[in-house]
Amino acid sequence: MASSEDRKVAEMSFWARLRKFPFWSWLWLFIGALYFVLPLFATFEFSLSWDPEDPLKAYQRAFEDDKFWETFIFSNVLAVATIIASVILVVPTAYWIRLRLPEARRVVEFITLMPFVVPAIILVFGLIRIYSTPFYVPFTDIRFMQPLTNFKIGTNILIVAGYMVLAMPYMYRSVDTGMRTVDIRTLTEAAQSLGANWYVIITRIILPNIRSALLSGALLTFAIVVGEVTLASFLGVDAFGPYLFLLGQHRAYEPAALSFVSFLLTWLAMGLIQMFTGGQGQAAGAH
Amino acid sequence: MAQTAMKLKGNGSSATNWRTWLGVAPFFLFAILFLFLPSVRLFTASFTDSNGSFTLNNIVQLFSEPFIVNAYKLSIQVSAVTAFGGGILGFLLAYAVTVGGLPKSLRSVLITFSGVASNFAGVPLAFAFVATLGRQGFVTHILRDYLNINLYDAGFNLYSFAGLSLVYMYFQFPLMVLIMAPALDGLKREWREAAENLGASSTQYWLRVAMPVLLPSILGAMILLFGNAFGAYATAYALTGGRIGIVTIQIGAQIRGDVLYNPGLGYAMAIGMVVIMAISLAGYSWLQAKTERWLR
Repeated sequence: MASSEDRKVAEMSFWARLRKFPFWSWLWLFIGALYFVLPLFATFEFSLSWDPEDPLKAYQRAFEDDKFWETFIFSNVLAVATIIASVILVVPTAYWIRLRLPEARRVVEFITLMPFVVPAIILVFGLIRIYSTPFYVPFTDIRFMQPLTNFKIGTNILIVAGYMVLAMPYMYRSVDTGMRTVDIRTLTEAAQSLGANWYVIITRIILPNIRSALLSGALLTFAIVVGEVTLASFLGVDAFGPYLFLLGQHRAYEPAALSFVSFLLTWLAMGLIQMFTGGQGQAAGAH
Repeated sequence: MAQTAMKLKGNGSSATNWRTWLGVAPFFLFAILFLFLPSVRLFTASFTDSNGSFTLNNIVQLFSEPFIVNAYKLSIQVSAVTAFGGGILGFLLAYAVTVGGLPKSLRSVLITFSGVASNFAGVPLAFAFVATLGRQGFVTHILRDYLNINLYDAGFNLYSFAGLSLVYMYFQFPLMVLIMAPALDGLKREWREAAENLGASSTQYWLRVAMPVLLPSILGAMILLFGNAFGAYATAYALTGGRIGIVTIQIGAQIRGDVLYNPGLGYAMAIGMVVIMAISLAGYSWLQAKTERWLR
């Protein structure tokens, strides 16, 4: 078999083979690859060029800065908080809609698309305008709460809520797709007949069954939140994004090193998503 | 989708009462507090003058104030150019790895890379391009030293329209790849065979069969790219330090301090942006519905 195949290929004239060669496809791929790689290579090369004696100097200096660790760890904490809060909000909602309330599907899906219409800069504008004034009990002068933007916990609540909004389209879609592939109705009925309550059903039955969907939503949220600048800088939160921006204002080599590192982190997150979802690439949107 | 919904309804709870709706109440409460209230506040504030009474002045000024008109113009130009350019490059790449005859293994590499690049934005992206095409950038040096082309003498500037567009392209075309690869997969082999049997050339097949099927999907994706660039703030801010007058940057300046000397106008600018984003999303979903007739 193989030998006759080989002979056929050999018999093909040079020109015929050249015609078979997908020249244009390779050309587009080459241009695309160049576009992908050049900025990364340039950043990497620049980050190594500080001191020829010690190529890793920029990385060393960047990682020595306490402020880097402070902001980077805090951004990760924000990401984890956003992911947990999003799961608590989105999973029961998506579950309930599939199980009992299909008529709410359209309106909830519409709401989850809203963040595409309200970009981060507009969202933070509105959030600041609403939550920088104190809350009054309606129709009275009684002050219910001081402005969220005035104290640290309040600001942190606000920024996590904002990140939840930004991540909502991706989180909801991941979770909903995950639930489509498992028969949640049967699972629920089986669990109920064994005497499980709602809490047990959600945490022990539903969550483990949609774990790969959850993981992909979580990693995407992570990619959005760590390094996010718009919300963090306008709400005055000391996160990694604003730190990197400020560092770029008065340093040259460390920001390049950290940019390269954050590219690697994004790659790690996306690579893991690929691994868990089997090739369904997704794009987030914190540009 | 509608079918499952009907089935569930038929099987399960026939009378949906308010108790069932309580299950989604937390979600609606969250959406009201952190999505609707902020948007509505911007909306009402854009129709309010400094004394707190109703006015249409702010909306009128959106179209008459040259400063604002120019901001919208620049934003729309950058978004349109990168949506079109990114759309074409992304489509060609998606074509190359799906039906273009490249080895299968390249496809997953490209998709992963596209996933990374479309999420690689903001400050790190801006810094990466400064290292590439800035005055001391890698490519700037190569072009100068080896090809004797001085980009900056030739009028190129990374911190202006052309530069910003190149930077935006970095997350635009990978997004196009992610959207178009599945759409190109949807082209059925039978269509091509049928066309060939009827004597159509490859060009005829693409022009008469594949393109009409793909066009709604391509246009829809480009509209999505448009919105993607139109709402971008962090990348432009990090790249230019706020010195390029696109809408998002101007709104940012207005939030930091009332640069327009009229808060109402700032709100109106924000609402104008939401309106444009809403129109593009509506266009996208309309085209998406058209796409689904043939693909999938």
